[in-house]
Amino acid sequence: MNNPPDIAQDPAEHEEYAHGVHQHVSRYLMVGGLLLFFTLLTVALSYVDFGGFFSWLFHIHVSPDGGRKLNITVAILVAAFKASLVGLIFMHLAAEKRLIYRVLVFTGLFVLALFWLTYFAWYDPITR
Amino acid sequence: MEIPYTISTRPDTGLWNAKIGIWLFLASEVMLFGGLFSAYVFLRLDARPGEWPHGLLNVPIGTMNTAILILSSVTVVLAWAALKMRRYRAYWWYMLATISCGLIFLFVKLYFEWPQKFEHFGAFIKPEAREKYEQYLGNHHRESKGFEPRIEITGHLENHEALHDPNAKEYEIAVDPVFLDPNNPVNDRPHFLFVPPTDHVVKIEKEDVDRIDSFGPWHSAYFASYFTITGLHGAHVLGGVLVFLYMWLPVSKKVYQRNPEHLANRVEVSGLFWHFVDLVWIFVFPLFYLL
Repeated sequence: MNNPPDIAQDPAEHEEYAHGVHQHVSRYLMVGGLLLFFTLLTVALSYVDFGGFFSWLFHIHVSPDGGRKLNITVAILVAAFKASLVGLIFMHLAAEKRLIYRVLVFTGLFVLALFWLTYFAWYDPITR
Repeated sequence: MEIPYTISTRPDTGLWNAKIGIWLFLASEVMLFGGLFSAYVFLRLDARPGEWPHGLLNVPIGTMNTAILILSSVTVVLAWAALKMRRYRAYWWYMLATISCGLIFLFVKLYFEWPQKFEHFGAFIKPEAREKYEQYLGNHHRESKGFEPRIEITGHLENHEALHDPNAKEYEIAVDPVFLDPNNPVNDRPHFLFVPPTDHVVKIEKEDVDRIDSFGPWHSAYFASYFTITGLHGAHVLGGVLVFLYMWLPVSKKVYQRNPEHLANRVEVSGLFWHFVDLVWIFVFPLFYLL
């Protein structure tokens, strides 16, 4: 999962290095194929009635509203998986310098706080 | 004066400067889109039954656009790898492919998706008048199955003048096919293929209508957030295309000839931006088109 190292000045070393990049290329193509596959999968899954499926599988009653929530959960999970593929492979986050991870940890915390603020507004006792 | 650390790493950060710069910028972008997505969640959770429309967007076109954007993410990373391998010709072609993908995405959005919306109308029926239009709405059937009610009749508005004419008594809408067979279980959920409005004109009395609007941002919280988020996303695609265009033009060949690694680093940071734009779309697509 290592990124290509910084370019070497020595031609012989560069030859070896270029070979390394070449191996990365096949990985990028594979990830691209996976992303396309998961796009089609997410479209197909959105037309599956998960509520009905779960009722049948576990012999429980799932309301249409509950079924919708199941569909939403599945779609978000697939999207999160696709997003992590893009992040880890295309954006090289699988192997990055520590400073960038630090920046991203804070970004994650702040964006969670942002979502939490909206959630908080939902329970606003004044307008409700 | 030479700008420092465009290629070599800065000792204290361990990175060349543009790399840390783009990640800080992307962090701010996460907050920008995060705010809008949290607004989307808020509006959606708050919508009363039937108020959040489903199946109004064209799913096949949306799927195609998603594929185009993913493809462009692959080509931009290949363009960068080509530069790393010192193959300028291959880089040039991959960059051209990326730019074309971005332009096709924007073209589809601006010439197919958005204009269709402005010609499609929805008439929100007042709660007390819904019984009168039961044959089109099919709410008894939906209630028996536990589905959210239909609160609007959509289609092509045949008499636009009725919007402004105080003497006009009714709206004539060539309805979407679902309203001709509302009790059929196949119409319980949205379809994959987009079906245009039928020729069947339904007359709806003005006094039964709460409001009538085309599918613009003014139609509902759903379309307001759809246009805001896809509009901002589209602006990002345009920005990315412009940057890539600069990297692709002969000006950048000079940078390559002076130091190929410099251009590779430029392509890497603009590629990071492009992947982020792709990443946002990965969430936009299911949230607006499928759910």
